[in-house]
Amino acid sequence: MKVTLRIKRFNPEKDSQPWWGEYLLEAEPTDRLLDALNHVKWYLDGTLTYRRSCAHGICGSDAMLINGANALACKVLLKNLGSTITVEPMRGFKVIKDLLVDMEAFFEKYRKVKPYFITQTPEPEKERLQSIKDRERFEDTTKCILCGACTTSCPSFWANEDYIGPAAIVNAHRFIFDSRDEGREERLNILGAADGVWRCRTIFNCVEACPRGINVTRAIGEVKKALLFRRF
Amino acid sequence: MVKPHEYLTYKGRAGQWAWLLHRVTGVGVLLFLLVHIVDTAFIGWGPALYNKAMAVYRMPIFRVGEVLLAGCVLFHALNGVRIILIDFWPETTAAHRKWVYAVGVLFAVIFIPTAIVMLEWVAR
Repeated sequence: MKVTLRIKRFNPEKDSQPWWGEYLLEAEPTDRLLDALNHVKWYLDGTLTYRRSCAHGICGSDAMLINGANALACKVLLKNLGSTITVEPMRGFKVIKDLLVDMEAFFEKYRKVKPYFITQTPEPEKERLQSIKDRERFEDTTKCILCGACTTSCPSFWANEDYIGPAAIVNAHRFIFDSRDEGREERLNILGAADGVWRCRTIFNCVEACPRGINVTRAIGEVKKALLFRRF
Repeated sequence: MVKPHEYLTYKGRAGQWAWLLHRVTGVGVLLFLLVHIVDTAFIGWGPALYNKAMAVYRMPIFRVGEVLLAGCVLFHALNGVRIILIDFWPETTAAHRKWVYAVGVLFAVIFIPTAIVMLEWVAR
């Protein structure tokens, strides 16, 4: 199939404004968008800049705005995108070049929720045991790959870049609801602040955008309830 | 920063449009309330001025506006209940799109006959 890629290009060293680059190429319908981007970079215009690493939906490097909605370029097939495909960088992050965005502030918020195991009680002789039921409590939020697709699809984040964002909340949820963790209060204090969970307006763009199928709004809702009722 | 038109060009699904409509209808109802406070305050200057203000509402264009207002209030109320339910029962998010469609259906069932009755009144 013939495909036209319309890619939003921007090089801050040369361009005063972003511009649209159009690239016509021949591809298989079962090719992924990442294959098409690679084709452009390797054979048509080597200056095209974007992130990719594993190319199999695990590393979370190539989240971008594809035909108007966030997705991973390595997880969408060309046959599902039509013959003219628009590709833009994720919204709300500073563009470094083309599709490459500065995610430092995003990871800063991730670090803010203390995404690691916290305990105060002495280490047990063997491992800290957990029932299957207790493990299932946070199964969904263990799947996050920190691609940023949820946070940059969220109108609350677009309106206020200080909002901690769905991705950080998902990663906090993973520990708040872990029966072995003892850092719950510290995290809830951070998430209960003005730029925490209460900025979520249950718009569900994050749920639609998540390439891992995480029910992000449910996780945020559970944190809101935990803050209100202190039940876990 | 994200530009205002980009809020509309992001291809979100049912939830995004419900949120946007919730905002628009909320602002619509708020504007009416502000006007309503002003017209009610006219009573302070005597019945003549108040009756004159009320007569404006009986003009056909305001009657149609009333239908729109009823629509705004109804959607905002129904969607508000949906959001409250989601907030208190996060497990309901599993069927999140269906909840928006349910609000849409309920809105149509209540609003269409109401609008017909109200507009008939205008035509009379």
